[in-house]
Amino acid sequence: MYADTVVEDKLVHKPKFIALLFVLSFVAFVFFNLTDTIFGHFLMPVIGDPATAGIFGRFAVAFVLAVIFTANIVAIGFLPTRYQVIIVWIELIALFLLFFYTFDLSMEFIQRKVWFMISQGVFTTLYVSAISIAIAFVLAMVGAVAKLSNNGFAFAIASFYTSFFRGLPLLMQVYLIYLGLPQLGWVIDAVPAGVTALSLCYGAYMTEIFRAGIESIPRGQWEASRSMGFKFGLTMRRIILPQAVPVIIPPTGNQFIAMLKDSSLVSVIGVWEIMFLARTLGTKEFKHLEMLITASMLYWMLTMVLEAVQSRIERRYRQKAER
Amino acid sequence: MSENAVEAQDGRGDVIVSMQGVSKWFGEFQVLKDINLELHRGEKIVICGPSGSGKSTLIRCLNRLEAHQQGTVMVDGIELHDHMSNVEMVRREVGMVFQSFNLFPHLTVMENCTSGPLWVHKMPKAEAEEIAMKFLERVKIPEQAHKYPMQLSGGQQQRVAIARSLCMNPKIMLFDEPTSALDPEMVSEVLDTMTDLANTGMTMMCVTHEMGFARAVADQVVFMDEGEIVERNEPNAFFTAPKSTRTKTFLSQILQH
Repeated sequence: MYADTVVEDKLVHKPKFIALLFVLSFVAFVFFNLTDTIFGHFLMPVIGDPATAGIFGRFAVAFVLAVIFTANIVAIGFLPTRYQVIIVWIELIALFLLFFYTFDLSMEFIQRKVWFMISQGVFTTLYVSAISIAIAFVLAMVGAVAKLSNNGFAFAIASFYTSFFRGLPLLMQVYLIYLGLPQLGWVIDAVPAGVTALSLCYGAYMTEIFRAGIESIPRGQWEASRSMGFKFGLTMRRIILPQAVPVIIPPTGNQFIAMLKDSSLVSVIGVWEIMFLARTLGTKEFKHLEMLITASMLYWMLTMVLEAVQSRIERRYRQKAER
Repeated sequence: MSENAVEAQDGRGDVIVSMQGVSKWFGEFQVLKDINLELHRGEKIVICGPSGSGKSTLIRCLNRLEAHQQGTVMVDGIELHDHMSNVEMVRREVGMVFQSFNLFPHLTVMENCTSGPLWVHKMPKAEAEEIAMKFLERVKIPEQAHKYPMQLSGGQQQRVAIARSLCMNPKIMLFDEPTSALDPEMVSEVLDTMTDLANTGMTMMCVTHEMGFARAVADQVVFMDEGEIVERNEPNAFFTAPKSTRTKTFLSQILQH
């Protein structure tokens, strides 16, 4: 984002703001009554048994927490931006783990199952998503060209396609393909059915992305190219698409990340991907939360990898543009 | 000056572009009204006129970037109509230079120039690069060959655009206000390039308001207003003794400063 050149005093170092922060956090901590949590146990020497500490305990815990919270934010305010980012990330992760810790999860169970979740689940999720995104990419390309063409027939098919597959819930499409196609006498396995549903649905979304990307290229590029005698296909391939790709990449990356998680929907037809395994493994030993949280973490980690890849690609295109 | 014109008149080649009774409408609005115009091989025509007079549309009809609705347009013996093959044949013979350059920003200057020979004429790469270099030298920027268009000044970009068109070995060059988007100090470098090109005997049609260029280079000056060709004459007569009042008004407006 655009950074102004004016250097103001930091907001978090203004006494008024610090006071406000303190008051608000104090009120919040009092309101949520954290006496009976891990925080109360830490303060036992002061407030005695948390269970009987009463209103005094509640205020004492809230006061201590509010002081720590405010001091923390003021302290972070002194750091350079880079370290601020790192420290805030670490603190948020710590809070997150603390939150899970309160669930009293069986780590032993998770450890026992996690390898299978990765070797079977992550692998399936990844290849289903990768094949789907590849097919969606081709569909989107064809769809975008059809949508931009003057051919009524092509436009009608493409617009019907995008309207239909963007209009129905993905879950419905998965069911329709898995249960509907056999009605036509064509029995389809779970994985191909899942891949078909995902590619058709995301192909429809990506058609619009590609169309916008192609349309963002100025008319003059077409005119110059056509006036040199380049045919339509050549113009598209060598002139328009290479310029549209940098526009298309960021939203396509988003779609891939979204698809990775939406692939969990194909678990309903029994594809052994992360979500399916999380449910079946958890159900057997009544450890639902363990497996669901493991699955969540796996999805998150995959997404972080993809985000990193996406930002690398974007950076490459930006450098290319700035040459 | 008049001697030059007479010489050109004498040494006129055959008709390479002819427009007969050409009319065009944008919706209800008629942009071109019964245009009759001929361009001979080797001839240079400058088209001028107030904005909205249809001069850009006229020149764009010659390679079918715009479609005309009435009349015939013949370019080098090929009639331009709704058949793509004809249109593509004509486009390969006609080079066009745009007001906004329209270089391909993702390709280097060299790649811009070799794209036509490589992709349309299927020429070997070495040969295409040799030709590109020849024309980049002609427009006096061989040293920029491996830069990207965005790294060049406007004047340099327009000269690359001219070189790019020339690499297709066109029989006719069309210029659609080639200097209108340029900073004033860059206008002359482009006009010089165009003058050099004219001296090689290229057939040219140019929409421009650069009257100095018209005087020096054009065999004929055409004045358009409201979709019609109002007046057509060789430059000396056109500037010194315009016949129509509309031409007089226009000339007095643009030559005032």
